[in-house]
Amino acid sequence: MISSVSRIAYCASSKCKFRKHIDMKGLLKKTLDELGYGERIPLVETDCLISCYQGPSIMFLPGGKVFQVLTEENFTETLKGLFSSLQHPTSPLLSEPRTAKEIPGIESVDFFAKQRLIVLRNRGHIDAENIEEYIAHDGYLGLYKALTAMTPEEVVGEVKTSGLRGRGGAGFPTGRKWDEARKYKTYPKYVICNGDEGDPGAFMDRSVMESDPHAVLEGMIICGYATGANQGYIYVRAEYPLALKMLRTAIVKAREKGFLGRNVMSTGFDFDIEIYPGAGAFVCGESTALMFSVEGKRGMPRTKPPRSTESGLWGKPTCLNNVETFANIPQIIINGGDWFRRIGAEDSTGTKVFSLTGAVKNVGLVEVPMGTDLRTIIFDIGGGIRGNAKFKAVQLGGPSGGCLTEDELHLPVTFDSLQEAGAIMGSGGIVVMDDSNCMVDVARFFTQFCVDESCGKCVPCRVGLKVMLGTLEKIITGKGEPEDLKILEKQAHHIQATSHCGLGQAAPNPVLSTLRYFHHEYEAHIFEKRCPARVCVDLIHFEIDREKCTKCGLCSKVCPVAAITWEKKEYPVLDKEVCIRCKSCIRACKFKAII
Amino acid sequence: MTMDELKKIKESYIDERRKEIDEGYISVDVHMGTCGIASGAKNIHLALLEEMGKAAVTNVKLKITGCAGLCSMEPMITVLIPGASPVKYGKLDVKKVREIFYSHILGGHPKVEYAIGHGLESPQKRVGIE
Repeated sequence: MISSVSRIAYCASSKCKFRKHIDMKGLLKKTLDELGYGERIPLVETDCLISCYQGPSIMFLPGGKVFQVLTEENFTETLKGLFSSLQHPTSPLLSEPRTAKEIPGIESVDFFAKQRLIVLRNRGHIDAENIEEYIAHDGYLGLYKALTAMTPEEVVGEVKTSGLRGRGGAGFPTGRKWDEARKYKTYPKYVICNGDEGDPGAFMDRSVMESDPHAVLEGMIICGYATGANQGYIYVRAEYPLALKMLRTAIVKAREKGFLGRNVMSTGFDFDIEIYPGAGAFVCGESTALMFSVEGKRGMPRTKPPRSTESGLWGKPTCLNNVETFANIPQIIINGGDWFRRIGAEDSTGTKVFSLTGAVKNVGLVEVPMGTDLRTIIFDIGGGIRGNAKFKAVQLGGPSGGCLTEDELHLPVTFDSLQEAGAIMGSGGIVVMDDSNCMVDVARFFTQFCVDESCGKCVPCRVGLKVMLGTLEKIITGKGEPEDLKILEKQAHHIQATSHCGLGQAAPNPVLSTLRYFHHEYEAHIFEKRCPARVCVDLIHFEIDREKCTKCGLCSKVCPVAAITWEKKEYPVLDKEVCIRCKSCIRACKFKAII
Repeated sequence: MTMDELKKIKESYIDERRKEIDEGYISVDVHMGTCGIASGAKNIHLALLEEMGKAAVTNVKLKITGCAGLCSMEPMITVLIPGASPVKYGKLDVKKVREIFYSHILGGHPKVEYAIGHGLESPQKRVGIE
């Protein structure tokens, strides 16, 4: 029933217009004028109101009742009847064309079904700038529990019980780190949150900082209480402006509410947090380089020991953890370490957030219990490979990680199992590659990245990686020689063994893992001068295979420089002098006739 | 800040939401993480605001939240109507979101063809109705 009408919306799309040949606007205006409402009821032009096959239709506002317009006469009647009593209309109320029951429950949507949310529990759910909403979702409850009902030792004990390992990549037990930081009696101490997420294809920390910044702050304050620190820093890449904005707002709001600053939650404990935006150096994600960067020095790793927990920022005991690690802490304190320990695998407890990208159907953030196998992540949650392509490899852990093949997909994702297979968990980037990727080229890409991002402090990383890059480029351009493989391997082991920091030690991983699992592709490049995935342009002949060619002429049409001439019912002719090797013809040819 | 104050904030927030639900407020979450914004969530947000103005509705609340996780389906929104299961929509554009606005938000008929799923993910709950 409609009690009042303030506006009438009608579908102005051409489909409705032509379905019954009714000029809706004119008709509505005319009828309203006749009824004496004239300009008093404004008309709203909209798109489709309900379903095109039931159009044209109008909607009364407020209320949103939709009516189908059958014929002009019927419609005028309806409006007149409606306005005379503003009660039961005579036009049929549209039945629901498709029911909500057809929408699957979120628990049966593949992408969401197998996920278990701890860190991302508030994703897409709360307004990050609204601290009250975070509190209403049990926010700062963990902090209160830690501050009032637990001693710092008990907090550390709980984190130790949980078995939580650092989510930044190395997997160092968080409880042990906190314990070490707590034991040193040098003051002041510091807490640092590492939000310098630099791996290509990784974006989980950004998402946590953007959608749930208070969880990170809460974890840091608890860490400060447990280790005896009064000052925290969040190091965020400047390339994350939204994360910076959300964190800044969160800090201001937390200060207002008394979660930060002097006398946190009236318990006499002081803690404050400052944000330090990074300037875009990949190496500053390394803990010691990060600390130098905060101090205002050049970001370069230093030799350990002493560990940062003994002598870190400004030479004081410093506890540095990743964004995701901190976001886990409030839940561990609320639910207990035992609860956390029961989730995940034996030596890798809890859940891990992965950013699943590349050639999968469902690209996105995935939080699964540790120990979930790669196949589940890629094929169930990720929905498999996009298009008709075939799965080829999965790259884990960014430039420090490695590529795995289909044979390794049964591996459970834990810190140790991946290491054995030649990849690493890293910060959690999973890049899935289909058969259009050349593995030598992938290795070159990551090596190039490491060359660009090497800080230059130690020789193996600075010079060794350059040698490796040169060798890879030689192979890709078709100048590869058999001994290049040996050079690559030897160089990789040298760099691994002698580099100064984790970045250099792990930099040869992409090359080593592709050498291990895709040796045949290197061989094809070197011995046959052929790129199986047809990525490396120098190894493509750009000739037309007359056996496969169907003389369709598509290649000639897409060529941007008119290097291919084609006459009807003739084979196309490619002029290599003019060709710029852009591969447009290869992409266009459905018969793989260009070799 | 003490436990009582913490509780008070939580309760007043829940009361507020409960009141809104009783009054029939429809809540629309626009997922605006960096990924959402990059794929056009700001336009979606603007289109919704514009339609709300055109239709002069006062019982719809837009909320900006972070990324909902499924980047390949961005931009996404979630429509929460009191008494009905929340519906997540994906791969939207301005035209689609206008259709959803009239069909689902005002008319109560979910646009099945753009919906990803209904309900909230397991640890999430709608504060105020549980």
